[in-house]
Amino acid sequence: MKKNISPSFSRRSFIKTSALVGGGMLIGFNLFQACKPETVPPVDISQLNFNDFNAFIKIADNGMVTIFSPNPEIGQGVKTSMPMLIAEELDVSWNNVIVAQGALDTKNFTRQVAGGSQSLRQGWEPLRQTGATARQMLINAAANKWGVSASECKTENGVIINSNGDKLGYGEVVKEAVTLPIPEKIVLKNPKEFKIIGKDIPNVDIDKIITGKSLYGMDYKEEMMLYASVLRPPAFGKKLIDFDDTSVKAISGVKDVVKFGDKIAVLAKDTWTAMKGKKALKANWTSDSKLENTEDHDKILINLLNGQEFNTLRADGDVKKAFAEADQVIERIYESPFLPHNCMEPMNFFADVTAEKVRLVGPIQTPAGTARRVAQLLGRDPDSVSVEMTRMGGGFGRRLYGDFALEAAEISSIAKAPVKVVYSREDDMSAGIYRPAIKYKISAAIKEGEITGYHLKEASINSNMYGLIPNFFPAGAIKNYQVDVASYQSEITTGAWRAPYTNFLSFAEQSFFDELAELIEVDCIQLRLDLLQKVKGTTDEKIQYSPERLENVIKVAVDKSGWKNTKEGVYQGFSAYYCHNTHVAEVADVIVEDDMPVVKKITCVVDCGIVVNPLGAKNQIEGGIIDGVGHAMYGDFSFTDGEPQDKNFDTYRLIRINETPIVETHFIESNIAPTGLGEPTLPPAGAAVANAIKASKGIRLYKQPFIKHIKAKELLG
Amino acid sequence: MPVYNLKVNGQSHTVEVDQDTPLLWVLRDHLDMVGTKFGCGIGQCGACTIHLDGSATRSCLLQVSMVKNMEITTIEGLSEDASHPVQQAWKEVDVPQCGYCQAGQMMSAVAFIKQNKNPNKIEIRNAMSGNICRCAAYNRIEKAVEVAASKMS
Repeated sequence: MKKNISPSFSRRSFIKTSALVGGGMLIGFNLFQACKPETVPPVDISQLNFNDFNAFIKIADNGMVTIFSPNPEIGQGVKTSMPMLIAEELDVSWNNVIVAQGALDTKNFTRQVAGGSQSLRQGWEPLRQTGATARQMLINAAANKWGVSASECKTENGVIINSNGDKLGYGEVVKEAVTLPIPEKIVLKNPKEFKIIGKDIPNVDIDKIITGKSLYGMDYKEEMMLYASVLRPPAFGKKLIDFDDTSVKAISGVKDVVKFGDKIAVLAKDTWTAMKGKKALKANWTSDSKLENTEDHDKILINLLNGQEFNTLRADGDVKKAFAEADQVIERIYESPFLPHNCMEPMNFFADVTAEKVRLVGPIQTPAGTARRVAQLLGRDPDSVSVEMTRMGGGFGRRLYGDFALEAAEISSIAKAPVKVVYSREDDMSAGIYRPAIKYKISAAIKEGEITGYHLKEASINSNMYGLIPNFFPAGAIKNYQVDVASYQSEITTGAWRAPYTNFLSFAEQSFFDELAELIEVDCIQLRLDLLQKVKGTTDEKIQYSPERLENVIKVAVDKSGWKNTKEGVYQGFSAYYCHNTHVAEVADVIVEDDMPVVKKITCVVDCGIVVNPLGAKNQIEGGIIDGVGHAMYGDFSFTDGEPQDKNFDTYRLIRINETPIVETHFIESNIAPTGLGEPTLPPAGAAVANAIKASKGIRLYKQPFIKHIKAKELLG
Repeated sequence: MPVYNLKVNGQSHTVEVDQDTPLLWVLRDHLDMVGTKFGCGIGQCGACTIHLDGSATRSCLLQVSMVKNMEITTIEGLSEDASHPVQQAWKEVDVPQCGYCQAGQMMSAVAFIKQNKNPNKIEIRNAMSGNICRCAAYNRIEKAVEVAASKMS
């Protein structure tokens, strides 16, 4: 039943142990790179540092297990699910496991970035191997004590049992275990033996969250710390000429005003005074070039789509020929606006820059990269910069960028004081690193009722789709297939936003297939299934979606959603997508109330391999889908003369509870290694809703946000 | 600078702040009660929801000079040990993702359930629509309010 792990993974170089002075054993381990040979875990638990190890497991002499996990928690639940993997193979009861947030120094971390829904997927093997190694060490220690062979011993919930039925608790053998060599040969459990993986485990921080404890960067406070509110250029492309801070300095509690680059920071004794001080600043701005407008972007991107300047990311067969020989060509354009991330916790960061060192604390998805950039900015030795991570009030990609941490470091360096930069909501929404506005043109060549050619063109602000995205469905299913991209360089900063590119590409393609099915008069499900047949057995390594798994989620979704078998007045839309290594199908149920579509329910079928923590996984799925529905329906963000037109929730609309569909989740049972869930349920949601709106009101949507374009279409008749 | 006496979670506090300082920032920066969150500053997101004499109120818009002699309750005052039925329901349903908005959500829920002991789904949705959850844990918030209401009735 047990699976031997190949010896190529040398545990000795990844795992080290020490005996703790207060009793108990400490295991330090590295997940993705070997520990340096000379490193050993500390003997004092208060001296944990994460420079040499990714994480620590403490096994106390009473058998309690504490996992010190420095992984950032944004809300995807990895702080709960990753320790579950260790505990499973260590074979302890979850009730005896404590998960502690490790303070973090960052130098040697390899995988610290929470992004791309990869944490669980990448940690799946190494975290279990670590747990299994620790378990084997404890078994070996007990076997030595008993004078029996380790192979005669087994474990059960933190207890080692030999063939005579003798028992020793883990805590009783930690002293011996720590003196033994790290075992090279370990066995991992067969998934059928899992006791923790696959169980509903509540969020490990739940008590702290529901009692309002200090957890987030926004809550972080130090003695003598000043609060900084920053005035930034009011529009992208504007630069500071000069400013007048006379009335700012008259405000009681304002401690300093600091100019850095084109920004001015007001430092004060508390947040409110800093914000008031910022409002009292008078600044003059200029610009070298024409400031940007959404209307201009729209024209530029359409021109790019209609032009000839593309990078080709994938080309199969001869698309040109297929289109020339087609009986019918169908071409559609899909358009999306910029989107701000709007994490509930506005951006913030603490910095204390002194002659000796640079100390940074706050919510960040990329501590190591940020530490490097701060060192570079201040001209400091990277070894003197440390970043400690706090819990994050949402990320969605925004906290991959350390711009706010750099601001804090620069202000602290100039003011020579510990400083926390706090963004107001207006700051957060107008100094964004937005999801870029993107347009797609999709064309299909039809000959004798078959799709013979498929041409996807992307025109985007600043950057284009990357990685394996051009090889997602329907790549491999259509003989003549091409993906071309073009971009326009803008002053407006853009970056990753939950499920980059696919968050809108999925809407475009899955809407296109729905319309294509209608036009060539085939069932929209059958069209997808027929295409998937053609991908089966592909030897193309770039095609990483599985036609079988995608087919399966589609069929289960048809079944579970009561597809085309709904009550009168309920209209359905279908969508299926693969991204972030996960296969998803969604069906939206829409009704019409007061002549407007209302999304009542989304049925979602997910194949993410083994579901580590179903309770947490469903939360991600529900959130991802409602996020996808919300932004597709309401998310609108535009610029006039380089200035964002919405700066707070009075005009910028986020989905609220009374507009929310109920999400019904079904998992595909699987023994395949788990894949991520933070992102992949979002992309299909928009198309499922749009296709249902088409079914209900007869309106085919090509642009987001839907609400705006439904109204526009109805006015035009 | 003026001095204010505040009654927060049954305890008296004295703070010296400008009269226009919102209660939110008095709680967070001066009284070290950081459970009440800053989200928008204009009363649109509900992250800063507290109770003023038992009614749910946005603390980001409430100047400290206006709350003299009033009972202020924050998330920290619901219970110290997470035993309030709304906290219990939030735990049972495992509501939070990032968790940042949840104190405000719970304070809205407590005030609402006090008014309506047996709410239906539409009433729950309407009552909770002033609180944004960017992680969109809305299905669970809805469920948790239901569970909490049944615990409190």
